[in-house]
Amino acid sequence: MKLKPEDLDKISEKMKATTMLREGAGRVKITVHMGTCGIASGARKILSAFIRHIEKADVKDIIITTSGCAGLCSREPMATVELKGEPPVKYVDLTEEKVAQIFNEHVMGENIVTDYALAVGSERIS
Amino acid sequence: MPHYRMNLMVCTGTGCVSNGAFRIKEALEREIQKHNLEDEIQIVTTGCNGFCANGPIVVVHPDGIFYQMLTEKDIPFLVEEHFLKGRPVAKLMYTPPEKKSPVPHMHDIGFFKKQRLIALANRGIIDPEVIDEYIARDGYKGLAKALTTMTPELIIEEIKKSGLRGRGGAGFPTGLKWEICRSQLGDEKYIICNSDEGDPGAFMDRSIVESDPHSILEGMLIGARAIGASHGFIYIRNEYPLALKRVLIAIEQAQDYGLIGDDILGTDFCFHVNVNRGAGAFVCGEETSLINSLEGKLPHPRVRPPFPAQSGYKGKPTNINNVETWANVPKIINYGANWYASIGTETSKGTKVFSLVGKVNNTGLVEVPMGITLREIIFDIGGGIQGGKKFKAVQTGGPSGGCIPESMLDIPVDFESLTKAGSIMGSGGMIVMDEDTCMVEVARYFIAFTQDESCGKCTFCRIGTKRMLEILERITQGKGEEEDIERLQKLAVNVKMGSLCGLGQTAPNPVITTLKYFRDEYEAHIKDKKCPSKRCKSLIRYNIIPDNCVGCGVCRRNCPTKAISGEKKELHIINQEKCIKCGICYDSCRFSAVTVE
Repeated sequence: MKLKPEDLDKISEKMKATTMLREGAGRVKITVHMGTCGIASGARKILSAFIRHIEKADVKDIIITTSGCAGLCSREPMATVELKGEPPVKYVDLTEEKVAQIFNEHVMGENIVTDYALAVGSERIS
Repeated sequence: MPHYRMNLMVCTGTGCVSNGAFRIKEALEREIQKHNLEDEIQIVTTGCNGFCANGPIVVVHPDGIFYQMLTEKDIPFLVEEHFLKGRPVAKLMYTPPEKKSPVPHMHDIGFFKKQRLIALANRGIIDPEVIDEYIARDGYKGLAKALTTMTPELIIEEIKKSGLRGRGGAGFPTGLKWEICRSQLGDEKYIICNSDEGDPGAFMDRSIVESDPHSILEGMLIGARAIGASHGFIYIRNEYPLALKRVLIAIEQAQDYGLIGDDILGTDFCFHVNVNRGAGAFVCGEETSLINSLEGKLPHPRVRPPFPAQSGYKGKPTNINNVETWANVPKIINYGANWYASIGTETSKGTKVFSLVGKVNNTGLVEVPMGITLREIIFDIGGGIQGGKKFKAVQTGGPSGGCIPESMLDIPVDFESLTKAGSIMGSGGMIVMDEDTCMVEVARYFIAFTQDESCGKCTFCRIGTKRMLEILERITQGKGEEEDIERLQKLAVNVKMGSLCGLGQTAPNPVITTLKYFRDEYEAHIKDKKCPSKRCKSLIRYNIIPDNCVGCGVCRRNCPTKAISGEKKELHIINQEKCIKCGICYDSCRFSAVTVE
């Protein structure tokens, strides 16, 4: 394929998910907590569900990552959704159905799903 | 394409490859498959990360976690703990010397903190063998801008305004060089990328080609447009197999996209490029010798004038720039001359890549803004001297450069300041020496190198360096004469004056600077027959201190020439006739009973 100048931007757009991942900068960052407690209560399924939704929606500005135990083991599986420039929101007692709703309303629609949210913000690190 | 949640950037620069980076990559693939994570985690092979001392290296995105000194054994645990369970593994992270806790994030590590990346902007962040990854990071957009919105004159004006100077060593203004070549009569013009890096301990150009080959191609394309050339050559050492492979892949991919060839990006601009492999003669890095080599002739320098810009390859106007210079060009065109000129000092703009090697803690590849001090490079980025020893000198500019002492560590790194100190910027080799380094021996080493690499065309370079080498050898063997310093100084001036090309003109620099800053070491060798750093074998003796020797026999057993004798629990003695001064007894004694003087 011989490129025209405008094709360069198309290739950049196609690669956007990769670029954003490596720069650690997206519109939304989803963190699934995968401590032993999280894994035991099904965090793996939650992670896969988020990834499926991202692929289906074909959006490239979302970073999905994992972290260790968030400290509230009794309410696992947990995930944190962070829109750029806004405080992170922690969701608890997740199921695949709840993930669908959080993805549509919060990640895509930018409205917090208050029914499942534990809290807004993070604990302070001294 | 799956939506990956994690990218593993595996450094596959030459340094990490020789430490087993490809085995690490295979182990990662195995383990990731075992946990069914291949659709979630992408493994990317990148060019040199820069922190070569601590390879093999893997950087994990999106968080930028830096893992180092990995072995295959570490991989199963790493994959399960971090990539599956999300718990970064502290024991595989970097812990700075004299610190207790590791630094998880790459951008917090001192080695990376003070660096500013332009030529190496894509290092470690793209796969150099995938053109789309280069394009995704604004690749070929400078070319598109140059072809569609700028005239050749405007391109040259922009490069001139940026203040870019040649990164190969001499620091000639790049825009002016292009303008001279453009203004020559005739339609047939050539451009060359000089990738014949030959300084001992230098690997800047290799790393740029290995980590971002398209940046050089794009720079050449823009340069060709500005100069009016339709053909280019990349002259690269055959000892750089990985760089060679990656540049060939890059050319093929660029050709597929129509970025090299005819009617580039739908315009009428045509450019073709050839890759020529050099056989590794140091003199081929000199531009006129390189052109002779390209033409299939012996690599002897040509008389100037005429300069290559007037009569170069096949007698046609030819513009030759170094790898790093070409790599800067796309960024200047894309982001503007003003942006580029805002970095650096009054006369030296932008950044410079150095290969920081020798007795520093963090050896590797660094890119820093011009004007940074040598002290910042060596102590903040390089992490200071190994083993807590004292700094003695830093050698910049390779065999053509000079040694700069501690008292001058605060000079800013730019073309003028380094020249004033008696050294040169050169292509960017930076060899750090500690108190155990003998400066006479350093001068001897570099003269031995240039003497060996002299092409033999000019008498002074061929024979003058040989005489200098003989004198230096004599001094290090304790046979130096009082007049030797004067003889060296006289020869140095004559070799400089009597040589056609940069090789001979700069070969005496290591001798001149060591004589200037470390004359006392020469005098100690000549007058007292002593080597103050205890390096020159003819001038040192190993002895055993009777009070400290416990007769353990370790030195006796380790001595390769059986020069040490003594009964168990009795005092041991070194037979000086048999001793070859290898220092094994000194290193192996646990009771500090061996001395060297």
